This record gives sequence, structure tokens and C-alpha cells, in this order.
Amino acid sequence: MTTFLSIVVLLPIAALIWTSGKHGWAEFWSTVTAPEAVAALKLTLGAAVVVSAVNAVLGTITAWVLVRDDFPGKSLMNAVIDLPFALPTIVGGLTLLALYGPKSPVGVNIAFTRTAIVLALLFETLPFVVRTVQPVLHELDRETEEAARSLGAREARVFRSIVLPNILPGILSGVALAFARAVGEIGSIVLISGNLPFKTEVAAVFVFNHIQSGDENGAAAVAVVMLGIAFLLLLAIGGLRFLATRHERNA
Amino acid sequence: MRRLGLRSVAIVYLLAVLLGPLAMVFYRAFENGLQPLWQSLTDPNTIHAFELTLEITAIAVPINTVFGVVCALTIVRQRFPGAGIVNAIVDLPLALSPVVVGLMLFLLYGRTGWFGTWFSDHGMQILFATPAMVIATIFVSLPFVAREVVPTLREIGDEQEQAAHTLGASGWQTFWRVTLPSIRWAVIYGVVLTTARCLGEYGAVAVVSGHIEGKTETATLRVQDYYENFNSTGAYGIAIVLAALSVLVLIAMTLLKPKETA
Amino acid sequence: MSIEVRSVSKRFGSFQALDDVSIDVGSGSLTALLGPSGSGKSTLLRIIAGLEEPDSGEIRLAGEDATVLAPQKRGVGFVFQHYAAFKHMTVRDNVAFGLKIRKRPKDEIGGRVDELLALVQLQGFGHRYPAQLSGGQRQRMALARALAPEPKVLLLDEPFGALDARVRAELRAWLRKLHDETHTTTVFVTHDQEEAMEVADSVVVMNGGRVEQVAGPRELYDAPVNDFVMTFVGEAIRFDGALVRPHDLELSLEPGEWTREAQVERIVHFGFQVRCELVDEDGVELFAQLTRDQAEELELEPGQIVFVRARESVRRPGVGVGGELPNVGG
Repeated sequence: MTTFLSIVVLLPIAALIWTSGKHGWAEFWSTVTAPEAVAALKLTLGAAVVVSAVNAVLGTITAWVLVRDDFPGKSLMNAVIDLPFALPTIVGGLTLLALYGPKSPVGVNIAFTRTAIVLALLFETLPFVVRTVQPVLHELDRETEEAARSLGAREARVFRSIVLPNILPGILSGVALAFARAVGEIGSIVLISGNLPFKTEVAAVFVFNHIQSGDENGAAAVAVVMLGIAFLLLLAIGGLRFLATRHERNA
Repeated sequence: MRRLGLRSVAIVYLLAVLLGPLAMVFYRAFENGLQPLWQSLTDPNTIHAFELTLEITAIAVPINTVFGVVCALTIVRQRFPGAGIVNAIVDLPLALSPVVVGLMLFLLYGRTGWFGTWFSDHGMQILFATPAMVIATIFVSLPFVAREVVPTLREIGDEQEQAAHTLGASGWQTFWRVTLPSIRWAVIYGVVLTTARCLGEYGAVAVVSGHIEGKTETATLRVQDYYENFNSTGAYGIAIVLAALSVLVLIAMTLLKPKETA
Repeated sequence: MSIEVRSVSKRFGSFQALDDVSIDVGSGSLTALLGPSGSGKSTLLRIIAGLEEPDSGEIRLAGEDATVLAPQKRGVGFVFQHYAAFKHMTVRDNVAFGLKIRKRPKDEIGGRVDELLALVQLQGFGHRYPAQLSGGQRQRMALARALAPEPKVLLLDEPFGALDARVRAELRAWLRKLHDETHTTTVFVTHDQEEAMEVADSVVVMNGGRVEQVAGPRELYDAPVNDFVMTFVGEAIRFDGALVRPHDLELSLEPGEWTREAQVERIVHFGFQVRCELVDEDGVELFAQLTRDQAEELELEPGQIVFVRARESVRRPGVGVGGELPNVGG
């Protein structure tokens, strides 16, 4: 098994890191700080932050409604959440184009804009926060909320002081997963954004374009940055998992 | 009142971002009538694209299933230092952009890459051919079975396996008769997720395939091909086939999902 | 603060948890809601607290209608069976919670928390987290937390049910003492009749969503109003068609008026008391409770034939025991 992992995962990673560093640090730095690369990275990170923030709020609300509320069609709604997981990303991009692109029936055309990128990312990252928060909400001891009410806390206070601290690790790991996904996303963006350098070119498209044009070094430089971000996020998720159980482990 | 408000927010959010767009795809596919749709879908290159997608999936899924189970067993049952690192490496494909994956393989197997011309000298073409696409797909769909099986294995504990050993079962017998049945549903769920990921893969295969029509185009690449060549019916047509497959996957996921989020 | 419950009913789906229940809890009293699982006692307590709403009926707190009043506004302290500790807060923060809500000044809060921690004997545990405490300690913390905002009513839902026997006994005694000192109106739910009898001034016996009897412990034992209460509170034997307390059965070596023949099966010694297990002539199993001296006097041994009857005071003249239960004074 370790051989399999090494061949399939570690070897390619090594090749990438080596390639990006093979001309030395100075060369790497100037490639990575070239205007187009910087623009692509800034756009990608900016979009990822926006999308993560929206997911943190709307994803939590959706999870809350799915766990605490009951209405006809709820199980359908629950099933539908996983659609972005099941659907190919390019189809995801196409579906958004269908409704919000040229020839949009609702008169909204955001093709070739940054808004399109954010929308595509919202589509693809929709399940993450919902699915990480749901089990945590489900496990919550409802009696602690009743205790807080009996002690005089009003609903907003109950949420803030009792519910939120306990679901926060869940929200944050969902956010980390969504962020990672948003940084790396290509399939849903490539059709709807137009991939205009300096305007709607995300990091993943930058890498792709520079491979096509033979600029391996440029592609590798940005790719290594993306790899680094992915590792950091994985560490963060692992750390959150650790933190989440700290209160139980103190015993 | 507050409850109604929250509910509406969630519903509107899902309609605007998820369901509305999906409904539109079906509309667009049939917009120009059945004939053009049928023509695009039965174009030989399109059929080849579907076949290639299925072929790659049929190779990647079993490999990742075996790997996933072995990996999960190793992480959970063997106490070895670095289990955490293995866990992180297996999770990496979830966090990493598929284009970066494609680039990595490009740097390994390309003519100017690490293996250089070794493969082509021996008559095997990796890049711009099916092998590279299979490797790429294996990489990106690596984690799913392992991630589903690990928590299940942890939860079950190894008492049943210990009991089997005391009753005289060998390692293999124990695995086949005791361990595997107990993780069966986790494995199946993981396989469903893996399959969905393989069918939907785009970024990594886009880099390593060379987009050669009729030879190295998967269904997802073909969608892009059609769209960029202004055959929107064709693009939406393939999209609905893939979407229909996804709905099947979604149904399987819903039915098989571990109960904690019910 | 007095509590009045008037004709309260509540159903969950097809299950009628409470059926037209009315009770009065006097201000400053210590009352137990006693009954088997499903009797509705927890539901009633939660309705008093405002954690559930009744389908019909009224709750009045200190004479004012509180039926739909939110729990936040009722001034009740609630203690849960499984502690409901805020596990992400320290012990101090848990206890201080109600005071922080009321925006009391920091030093006042600090002082009160210290006072309460001393009261429940958790001084020095303030900076620990609930996961680091034992079950008994967690429940003491929960009590301190509920008492901190000086509630007018203290409600406890099977507070000692999750604890082991020794801790349970300690906390029972502690609760009684606390009540004697503070005179806060207290209502607690229990299925353990021993606990109810030992701790409460007044016991409300409930069964199947209804109130069977409300009385002090002694009256409940000596004058139960029906078979259910008699069998639930204390032990009862079916003898001659009615229920009799084991210590109300007399044994003698000679037959007499109203006696039945029985054979001694087994003699169990409980220190000062002796339980004599018998089988009567119809094969029915009985047991009688005697003092050690009485047993010795009869020289009881397994296999021996004895004659059993109910004591005169529980017999009705000319009938034996069968029929209504008598009214025993006291």
C-alpha cells in the first residue's frame, strides 16, 4: 500500500516541487510575482474568501433548517444538497450558464464576469458546510439549550453562548474544505468565466493556460503555491478535529 | 415566524443556486428539438467519449476500492508512527486542484519530464493517451473509499476480529468473513462517491489528455469541445446524460448514506 | 412562590402524557412528583418550567397566569437528570451564566459563584471543565448553577437518577438540608418511592397521566387511596382478596379465627427484621415481616407449618380482610 501511495501521490508531488525550485529561489519568486500570476492568485483567493464566508452563514442556516425544522419535502431538500458532489463540474458550470448566461430566461447575464466565478464556486462548495454542521447539530444536547433558557437567556443568547461554540469547529472545517475546493476549482469556471487574464482568470486556469503554451515554469510556480495552500488547509482541518474533541478529552 | 424565515432563506438559496440552473439544462438540451440532440449524442466521437469515460472509471474504481480498504485497515488497525501523515496524504486529492494534479503528471511523464522518454522508448505512451488519464483519475478519486471505511472500522472496534482469531480463523479468513461484511456498506458508499468523481473528472484529464477528438476525449472534455464550437445542443445533451447519471448516483448516496445526518 | 396547576392536559402524538391534572404546591414546600415511567411526572415538571406548553389548562405562579410565559421569564431554576452542563465552559462560567445574563456587576458575580461553589462543596474546582468532574460533582455544579440567580422555584427532574447509590444518598440528604435553610419552593420528580418518602414534605403520586393521591409520606403509606398507591409506595401482599402490608400479617403455631395454613419456605434476616417467605394451601406465595424476637419466639424454620392471618386492626369485623381497606388513624 505504501508503494502504491508513493507512486501515485508522492512521486508527482516531488516532481512538481522539484520543477518549481529547479532554477533557484530567485527565479521562482520572480515567476510567482509576475503580474498575471499575482492577478490570478488574488482573484482566486478573493473569490474563495467570499464564497467561504457566504457558505459559513447560509450553509449553517441550511443545516439548521434540515436538523431542527420539519416540513414536506425536507428529505428531498436534504438529498439535493449532495448534487454538486455527484455532478461533473463542467456540467455544473453549464447549468449556471443556462440560467444566468447569455439567453438567460430571467434576464441575468453574468457570463465573463467575476460574479460568475463566485456563483460557480457557490454551486460547487454548497454541500461542504451543510454536511459538516449537520451531524454536530444533531448531536447537540438540547437540554443545555433548555437549561440556558431556564436561566434567563433569550434565543439569540442561547444560540450565541450555547449552540455556536459547539458547532463552530464543524462550521470551520466545512469552511476549510469549501475554501480548498474553491481555490482549486476549474471545471465549473472554465466555460462561464471566459478566462480573461487579469480579469476572470483564476489560478487553476492560469496553470492550465501556461501548460498549453509550454511555460512549464510559470505553471509550476503557481501550482506549487496552490499545493502549499492545500496542505495548510488540511493541517487546519486536522487541527480543528483535534480542537473539537478537546472538551471531551480533558476528563 | 423566525422558523419560517430561515426555512425560506434555505429554500430560495437552493433554488437559485442548484435547482433552477439544473432545470434549465434540461430545457436547453431539448430547446432545438429532438433531432439535433440525437445527432450530437450519437456522433461517433461522442460515443467514443462516453466509452472512454466508462473505461477509465471501470479501471480506477476497483483499484481505489482495494486501496481504500487496505489503507483504512492499515491506518486503523496497525499502530504505526506516521499514520497521521498517511491520512493527510490520502486526503490531499480532496483539497488539491485537479489542474495541479494534471501538471504533476505532466512533469513526470512528459518528454521533458522525470521519466523523459523512457516510456516511449519502450513503446508505451503515457501522456496524451489513456494511461495518463487513468493515473490522473486514480489520483483525484483516491480518498473516498478510505475516508468512508476509516470511521466505520474505528467504530466497530476489533473485538469481532479477535473473537474470530480465537476460533481459529486465519488472517485472510477473518478479513473475508468478519471484517469485510462489517464494513460492507461503508465500502459501497465509498464506491458510489468514487464513481461519481471518476465520471465527473475534468481538470486533471484536461491537462494530460491533449483533448484529441475521438481518442483522448472523455465525456466531460467533449462537453467543453461542443460548447466552444457553438454546438450548445450537443453540450447540453451530454450534460443531461451526465446529469441523469448523477441523479442516479445521488439516489444511491441518499439511500446508502450513514445515518448520522438523517 | 406558590404553584397552581389547573386541569392541565398534554398529548404527544397519540400518547396522552397528562390528563386533566390539578395540583397545588404551597410556597416554600418540598414536593415530590412520584410515579413509574410514563406517568407524566417529567412532563408536568417541564410544563411548570415552561419548557413545554400544555394543550389545555392553566399554570399559575404566585397567583399570576404563567401558562404561556417563556421559561426565561418564570424565575424557575431547573436541574436535569443528565446535568445539561455547558461543556465548553468552566465550572465557574457555568454557575455564573444566569448572573451574566442578568448583567450583574463582575465582582458581585464572582462573590456569588464563590458562595455557591462553597455551598455545593466544589471550591477549588472552579477552573475545571465539566468533562473533568464526576457525575455527582457535575450535578452539584448544575444545582449551583440553577440556584445562582435566586430562583423562586427550584425544579429537579430525576436529579439523582444517573448517579450511583452512595452519591445519591448524600445528595438527597443535602437537598433536604438546603431546603430547610433556604425554604425555596422545590419540586422534584422521581420514580424511587424511597427517595420521595425520605426527602419530601408532600408527595404527588402519578400514574398514566393522572394524579392518584397527594399526601405526606406517612399518610401515603398508612392510608393509600387505592391499590396502585398501596403497591407503589411500600410493599403490599394480596391476602384474602385484598392488599395488606407484610408487617400486618400475623403468624402463629396454632390455627385460629381467620387463619390460613401455610408452609415456611425460607427465612431471610435483615438485621433487626425477619422476612418469612411462605406458601399457602392454594400454592400462593406470600411473605410476612416480623421482628427478630417474634421470629425467635415462634422458632421458625423452613418446612414448618404455620397459621397466617391479618392483624386485628386491619380486619373488618365479621369479614376478615376482604373488601375495602380500613381507615387507620394516624
